[in-house]
Amino acid sequence: MVNKVIYAVYEDPEVLKGAARKLVTSGVKVKDVYSPFPVHGLDPIIGIKRTRLGIASFMFGITGTSLALLGFWYFMIHDWPMNIGGKPNWTLYHNLPAFVPVMFEFTVLCAAHGMAITYLIRNKTLPGMPARNPDPRSTDDKFVMEVRTADNHGHSGEQITSMLRETPVFEINERAY
Amino acid sequence: MHSEAALREPLILGHKTYHDITNDIVGPIENKAPRGWYILTTIAGLIACYGIGCIFYLFSKGIGTWGLNKTVDWAWDITNFVWWVGIGHAGTLISAVLLLFRQKWRMAVNRSAEAMTIFAVIMAATFPLIHMGRLWLAYWVFPLPNQFGSLWVNFNSPLLWDVFAISTYFSVSLVFWYIGLIPDFATIRDRLTKPGWKRAYSILSFGWTGNAKAWTRFEEVSLVLAGVATPLVFSVHSVVSMDFATSVVPGWHTTIFPPYFVSGAVFSGFAMVLTLLLVMRKVMHLEAYITVKHVEYMNIVIIVTGSIVGVAYITELFVSWYSGVEYESYAFINRATGPYWWSYWAMMTCNVISPQLFWVKKWRRNLMFTFVMSLVVNTGMWFERFVIIVTSLHRDYVPSSWTMFHPTWVDAGIFVGTIGIFFTLYLLFARYFPVLALNELKSILKVTGESYKADAAKHQHH
Repeated sequence: MVNKVIYAVYEDPEVLKGAARKLVTSGVKVKDVYSPFPVHGLDPIIGIKRTRLGIASFMFGITGTSLALLGFWYFMIHDWPMNIGGKPNWTLYHNLPAFVPVMFEFTVLCAAHGMAITYLIRNKTLPGMPARNPDPRSTDDKFVMEVRTADNHGHSGEQITSMLRETPVFEINERAY
Repeated sequence: MHSEAALREPLILGHKTYHDITNDIVGPIENKAPRGWYILTTIAGLIACYGIGCIFYLFSKGIGTWGLNKTVDWAWDITNFVWWVGIGHAGTLISAVLLLFRQKWRMAVNRSAEAMTIFAVIMAATFPLIHMGRLWLAYWVFPLPNQFGSLWVNFNSPLLWDVFAISTYFSVSLVFWYIGLIPDFATIRDRLTKPGWKRAYSILSFGWTGNAKAWTRFEEVSLVLAGVATPLVFSVHSVVSMDFATSVVPGWHTTIFPPYFVSGAVFSGFAMVLTLLLVMRKVMHLEAYITVKHVEYMNIVIIVTGSIVGVAYITELFVSWYSGVEYESYAFINRATGPYWWSYWAMMTCNVISPQLFWVKKWRRNLMFTFVMSLVVNTGMWFERFVIIVTSLHRDYVPSSWTMFHPTWVDAGIFVGTIGIFFTLYLLFARYFPVLALNELKSILKVTGESYKADAAKHQHH
């Protein structure tokens, strides 16, 4: 049997959400949804876990703080302690207040850029990557639900299509793959 | 679906569909630019060229071509720097702070405000760089290993804090802006048919797919970036103010500088956003998206921040007397009644009195009045920096050194030139980039769109 991928095109995010819920309750696995903007509340229906990018950002942030502290200690305390107005840089602890602004900026710098780079890599969105959305209208005004027969051994392609037809679907496209 | 009270004014006027939004924003990119665009870009481009010419003249001759002297050794350069950084505050405030507060009206203005921020920060960064005189040594501001022994930059110095603050602010704003642009570039990519253009937007869109997980990550990134950018916005102008506040110059040595500078920055930033958007909504026919209500919201921000600035001016004046420090008192008497009295009163009129006119609802909803006011506010904010910098320096502790500052044509040429460069960049942005955040507008369409709100209201009555 040829594996098929079925694209159900909807015109409204709420309608699509209802259809996805219906399919999932009857045991069909929805592979993915392509939409022109985030559809809130869809993730738990089609079983998408929360992203851990926030945690990654925190890690990058504390790495930045630590690097900044290490830098201050090396540049200002260890390698060449400056003596400004009779207030020499002898210990990191005593000089810390003057270092807070750069420490903060560097934390933000690392958290933001680290997270942004992780985000681009995880989404596989990098300069020169080809467009991989199945339907060009999905970045304009259509919401496309992708169901693969290979993921759904309990249902045949025809059964899934007829289930989709019962929802207020705009059109259904099938492709062998 | 989440619905909104009928009392709230709609943010997208008329009946629009998702496809209409795409058409309205992407249409102008596909079609030939109107003649006005070419005229404006030519004018801005010529001014920009003149400014760049002045910068080259400065490099070839040296800082002596500016009107600086040994008493007033900071003047227009740093005034322009602070002015541009201030203008650069609105974009990230709109996109980050208002995102955290879940303000839906930000979605029509954030994209262009962020673009404005980025261009304004580039203009701001130009001034300290060219003031170095030897631009090719600009990398000395970074703590890099070098051949001069253990010579490091001074992390105790607010000037170095500023290097980190401005460069972090610039790069984080750029990333924030670009991450929001990726899905919209994908919309343009999927719509265009001319192969060359399609290829260009395809590269810009990084192969965006818009699948569910990508959008989940997109929202997480937007939220976290907004979270880290919010304190960043406040830190940048606080650090700029510390360039002055940590010195011992009367008129600069003031603890209220950080909040006073930050509110002034937001004040001038919103004024510049209004200057640009009021023209853009007309030229690009965006009246349905940038409504009078949006303008009113921004004018309210102007009243609030303008009032904070006014309170700060008066507090500063009071404390200079109350402190009993005669140098401090003189600095302020000299500002108001000395040879630069006109700049002080220009600042007071433009920044303290004029924003209060927005208490009148009719005026703050009047577009022509708002446009004039936005220019007045930016003029006032330029004078504020001039007053703080030049009038404090030209007469301080040693009366024998007292002198006046007179700008030269190079000072003026570079300042006007940066305005030209700024507008050139902004016009290019308006021509080739999606000027409104398509994906965000679509996400609020069925909640705050006028026709959808009317339908929902009808539904409730039955």
